[in-house]
Amino acid sequence: MEILDQITRHYNYVITIFLMIAGVYIVVAKSNMIKTLIGLSIFQASVYLLYLSPGKIIGGTPPIIGEGYEVYSNPLPHVLILTAIVVGVATLAVGLALVVRIHEAFGSIEEDEVLRELEHE
Amino acid sequence: MIPESFVPHLPALQIVLPLLAALIAALVRNGTVGWLLALVVSWLMVPVSMAMLGAVLDGGTISYALGGWRPPLGIEYRVDAPAGYLLVLVSAMGALAMTYAPRSLASEIPVGKRGLYYSMYLTCLAGLLGMAITGDAFNVFVFMEISSLAMYAMIAMGKDRRALVAAFQYLIIGTIGATFYVIGIGFLFASTGTLNMVDMALRLQDLGDSRPAFAGLAFIVVGIGLKLAIFPLHLWLPNAYAYSPSVASAFLASTATKVAVYLLLRFIFSVFGVDQTFDDLPLTEFLLVLSAAAMVIASAVAIFQMNVKRMLAYSSVSQIGYITLGIALASQAGLTGGIAHLFNHAIIKACLFFAIGAVVYRCGVVKLDQLAGIGRKMPLTMGAFVIAGLGLIGVPGTAGFVSKWYLILGAAEQGLWLLVIVIVVSSLLAVIYVGRVIEVAWFREPGPALAKASEPPFEILAVTWALAAGTIFFGIFTQYSGGVAGDAAMVLLDGIGPSDATPLLTRDELFDPTVSSGHVETGGGETGGGETGH
Repeated sequence: MEILDQITRHYNYVITIFLMIAGVYIVVAKSNMIKTLIGLSIFQASVYLLYLSPGKIIGGTPPIIGEGYEVYSNPLPHVLILTAIVVGVATLAVGLALVVRIHEAFGSIEEDEVLRELEHE
Repeated sequence: MIPESFVPHLPALQIVLPLLAALIAALVRNGTVGWLLALVVSWLMVPVSMAMLGAVLDGGTISYALGGWRPPLGIEYRVDAPAGYLLVLVSAMGALAMTYAPRSLASEIPVGKRGLYYSMYLTCLAGLLGMAITGDAFNVFVFMEISSLAMYAMIAMGKDRRALVAAFQYLIIGTIGATFYVIGIGFLFASTGTLNMVDMALRLQDLGDSRPAFAGLAFIVVGIGLKLAIFPLHLWLPNAYAYSPSVASAFLASTATKVAVYLLLRFIFSVFGVDQTFDDLPLTEFLLVLSAAAMVIASAVAIFQMNVKRMLAYSSVSQIGYITLGIALASQAGLTGGIAHLFNHAIIKACLFFAIGAVVYRCGVVKLDQLAGIGRKMPLTMGAFVIAGLGLIGVPGTAGFVSKWYLILGAAEQGLWLLVIVIVVSSLLAVIYVGRVIEVAWFREPGPALAKASEPPFEILAVTWALAAGTIFFGIFTQYSGGVAGDAAMVLLDGIGPSDATPLLTRDELFDPTVSSGHVETGGGETGGGETGH
């Protein structure tokens, strides 16, 4: 029962790990390039959770120096993840642009079909 | 040469100038303007980084508080011997690549996209310099992605449609690598509560054996391993280098993986320290096996490549094995060899890619069987290729020999004779793959396809020969590559001690504008020397 208790108390980490593994699995298993990018985004999103959930202390306030502000949550993880989200969006944009170009050049966005066509050259 | 008032702000200049120029180049979208911007900025970076390396070697570490926020609260730019060494390497390679670029690039990229290419190059340069200069672990991630995203675009601009697939595969693997790196940083941040590398190192020493911190290190090593193409994680590299434009191949091969190696050095030696990484964790065995495998297997695969650029890319994977071997040995001689090889391989491989780029510019062929007799048509270009090829093999008198000598010394010191044999075998394999090209290029009759081949324009030849001369120069005057590498190795092996930390500001000082002025420079005696023991 202790394990169950651990899992329910740390459900946020369970979600993080599930998304992480699901994301990498999609990247590895799927040949469709759009699906690969979706997997990549899920993988990146899991890291956002990894940073954000320890960053919040229950009952914690913003870090304000003054009366009534004793326990505060570190605001840094949020700022870091804001940056990471921007990076993730940029990566996705470049990835999708490449898929568009690959579709123009090969007429397919299935990685195995593209590679097969290249072998015949 | 540099105005006095600029000197304290040189570290910021390394990032700000390329980024601003990249923005202008992207807005103007004109190839010529873009090239001029890239050329001027790249050449400006060389004296800037040289000045910083000089100051660091004279004594002391340069610490720059970005935006006036003193470390460890703010982002710190920190230049010590290894960082300075790498900044000089990256900026010099950038300057040479841009000198070489205009006509070679014009033959490979359509008019409308040239300005954007230069914009991407400048972004990439800013990212690579930023990774080398920053002392903040998360800032590294941001610069890593800035440079990587620009690289994907640069690779995708190759003429062959395979370049698109190569760029896409690199994007997937590179992003997974970067994300692994962030996961690792997340673990370290959660354990120590800081992102400043010096501060993190000190807090990790207090923490002792910590499972989350080791898990973080594992994620970081794998993440960076993907970026630097450590042996089984190298699959993105051959196609990416083979099908990108010639200038991009040479620039990326000589800088991108080298900066990743530098990051690995930083985390293994500075943030964690030799005690934790090599004594508590089996990192030596892990890296030794992978390095030896890279040196032999990748060299053997290189022998069977028909595309010369692809062959050079596989050779890069094996040469990275030499560098990681130096890291694995974790001794003064081994690490000196690894860092010197980082520098020497950058020069040698850039020269080889530039020489092949010249052939592509003149004849448009990279397949080995189409290159028959090219040495007779383009003797100067292929002459440089031969010299750099000898450097790759490690013939005495070339730069490659110096670093391999240090590596053999390091391996022999620890009684690893099997490793000495592996180094020699890998060099013999290099004789075969370089020899194949030399044989085809010089000892066969030129075919009809090469009838009109002639020497490339002056700037292409000049850059290629400058690097070929460098191969010999650094092989004879070893104090410049081997000596500085030795200094860098010493700094890394010393690790981080309490004297490296910037004193934390008190609350009153924090809100006092006179204290947190633009920059902080620590004096000579405090850092860098041998007195920072554990």
